[in-house]
Amino acid sequence: MPLKRMFFVVLALLVTSKAIAQTDVINVGSKTFTESYVLAEIMAQLLEINDYKVTRRFGFAGTLISFRALRNGEIDVYPEYTGTINEVILESQRTLNLAELSAALAPIELDLLSPLGFNNTYALTVKKSLAERLQLEKISDLTQYPILRFGLSHEFRDRADGWSGLKDIYALPQSSSGIEHGLAYQALLMDEIDVTDAYSTDAELLHYDLVILQDDLGYFPSYLALPLARQDMNANAKEILTLLTDRIDANIMQSLNAQVIIDGKTFSEVASEFLFEQNLSRTVHSDSRDLWPSLVRNTLTHLKLTGIAVLAACIIGLTLALAVYRSKPLSRILLYTAGLLQTIPSIALLALMIPLAGVGQLPAIIALFLYSLLPITRNAITALTTIDPLIQQVAQALGLSTRQQLRYVYLPLSLPHLLSGIRIAAVVSIGTATLAAFIGAGGLGEPIVTGLALNNTGLILQGALPAALLALLTELTFEGIERGLVPPHLISSQSTS
Amino acid sequence: MDGIIDFQSVSKRYNNTAVFGSLSLVLKPGVITGVVGESGSGKSTLLQLINGLVRPDFGLIKVFGQPIPSENLPIFRRRIGYAVQGTGLFPHLRAERNIGLMGKVEGWNPEKTESRIEQLMLLMGLNLRLRTRYPHQLSGGQQQRVGICRAMLLKPEILLLDEPFSGADPPTRVAIHERFLDLMVAEPATVVLVTHDMQEALRLSSELVIIREGKVLQMGSAKEVVNNPNDEYVEKLLGNTTHAP
Repeated sequence: MPLKRMFFVVLALLVTSKAIAQTDVINVGSKTFTESYVLAEIMAQLLEINDYKVTRRFGFAGTLISFRALRNGEIDVYPEYTGTINEVILESQRTLNLAELSAALAPIELDLLSPLGFNNTYALTVKKSLAERLQLEKISDLTQYPILRFGLSHEFRDRADGWSGLKDIYALPQSSSGIEHGLAYQALLMDEIDVTDAYSTDAELLHYDLVILQDDLGYFPSYLALPLARQDMNANAKEILTLLTDRIDANIMQSLNAQVIIDGKTFSEVASEFLFEQNLSRTVHSDSRDLWPSLVRNTLTHLKLTGIAVLAACIIGLTLALAVYRSKPLSRILLYTAGLLQTIPSIALLALMIPLAGVGQLPAIIALFLYSLLPITRNAITALTTIDPLIQQVAQALGLSTRQQLRYVYLPLSLPHLLSGIRIAAVVSIGTATLAAFIGAGGLGEPIVTGLALNNTGLILQGALPAALLALLTELTFEGIERGLVPPHLISSQSTS
Repeated sequence: MDGIIDFQSVSKRYNNTAVFGSLSLVLKPGVITGVVGESGSGKSTLLQLINGLVRPDFGLIKVFGQPIPSENLPIFRRRIGYAVQGTGLFPHLRAERNIGLMGKVEGWNPEKTESRIEQLMLLMGLNLRLRTRYPHQLSGGQQQRVGICRAMLLKPEILLLDEPFSGADPPTRVAIHERFLDLMVAEPATVVLVTHDMQEALRLSSELVIIREGKVLQMGSAKEVVNNPNDEYVEKLLGNTTHAP
């Protein structure tokens, strides 16, 4: 009972602390790619320089989750693109201009702040040397050179607003071959292809000395970057963010991305230097990149997420198992339900939690809890229902009450199974919890998500290694617990799942 | 005080097969009654009717002069010891904890439980160093002695034994019989001993009940039954034993 109470107290604390934070602090969000992180960090630092308290809730997986977090008030602002708002959020059939977008967002209480100054859209790119030799500046210039070889990403070739429309509108005579986007720049450099598609702010453009051909017929939809905010966000804070208006053109954004991806600087360093150069800040702070504090913080968060979830699953799962194990139909219903929950892919379950519980730690804990229920209840029910009938008969005949039978006979005999169920739940939770970073729960998934966005193996390992170590330690801990609690002759035969 | 256990027209069916049609019998207090029959004769069910593990479909069973209570069965059952074939020892408990469990449940202090365990182990001829062994570390005969010690812990007025000696080899069995009889002298109880082995029944019991397919063929003192078998089947069962030592 005290454990159960503790669990609810912790939950209540989580919920209320979030509610308090929302009123005092500006919550800045980002998606999981470099540019989004950099822009969000610039916004966060600019607010901090102007004496606002900021909570960084970076790394939401995709537009829908970020948008949901914004609507729910989990975040106040995050960087978004007009084209994305148009297509993904508003699902508009035609391209809306800025004023129309603002009007469409007003009823759902969202504000578009002014554009930051660049358009991150699809573009065609060629080597600078080739552009100079052939005097290529615009896409329409390409029509004069049917011999040029187009190597395009698969997505670009497939999209309705990609290659086929482009070829029609510009009447391009060339045909194209498909190539993996990651290899396309390399192929350009080796002169195996001449033209490829890119995002206009890709860091690689700068790195490989490529130029973008101007979309002179205005074929590509525009993806102007701008802060998307809640209407109820502090008005002065919004005012401050408009200081960024038109400060970041495509070249600057390319360079900011390159500083992260190619030079290996942190978001924080890049943002700080940018604000200094733009005279928006008086100092540059260098980032010490302290590994240990963030490692400890992430590990503790990770333990908190999995610990609360597995503990709750133990209490509720075991209670349920004890309540139903005597009835076959009820046991089946319970196991099928728990099994069904298990089949939902983890990232989908996390996303499903958002409308119910918002983003952050609470939905992550609920999702992990639901995942932990199956191994715990299944093992408990299996153990309780497979106790030797003779033992059951004797326990009753000796004069043990139902409760005493449970305490002195059923539970101790089920212990190896129960423990292995809890162990499986704990180990699986530690793994699954790394995905919780996608909905802003933090933990060891945070460096993994950021590392994936940056293609930075070191950063990925900062999350993956401790998570693996934690899983291993959990295994060992449970082995120790089992050895302490279960007579040796009962371990070997039963401790499998 | 005649009739510590009293069956009145008891019938019991499992899956439409009658175990007992209409069974009436009265068992004498303070003696060992051997219930002899082949497997499937319903003799185990007879024991489980006495301690309320199985309820009759019809009829009345009185134990200690009262109908079996429908509430507080655990309290009722603690007055009745129970030991079964295959021992039913709890595999997760050492011998001493198996024997002493009900003392703990009854709230005895550890010293009392401890000394009672030792007393019983000595009476049943168990070496005290076996106390810390788990059941699987004991021989068949040792397991059976532990089972009987466990059944006797609370000094029950009735002791129900369901083939409790069948797991031991014959010489050991005889030794356990001797110990058991000693124990019954030291701590007399009304014993119902179910067995398929007439020799065993004759060695231990003063009263006999012979049952076949849920029907009592003959009951009475052992001497009476041996001298005047009233049925061919009873004679056949006795056949093997008339020349026994």
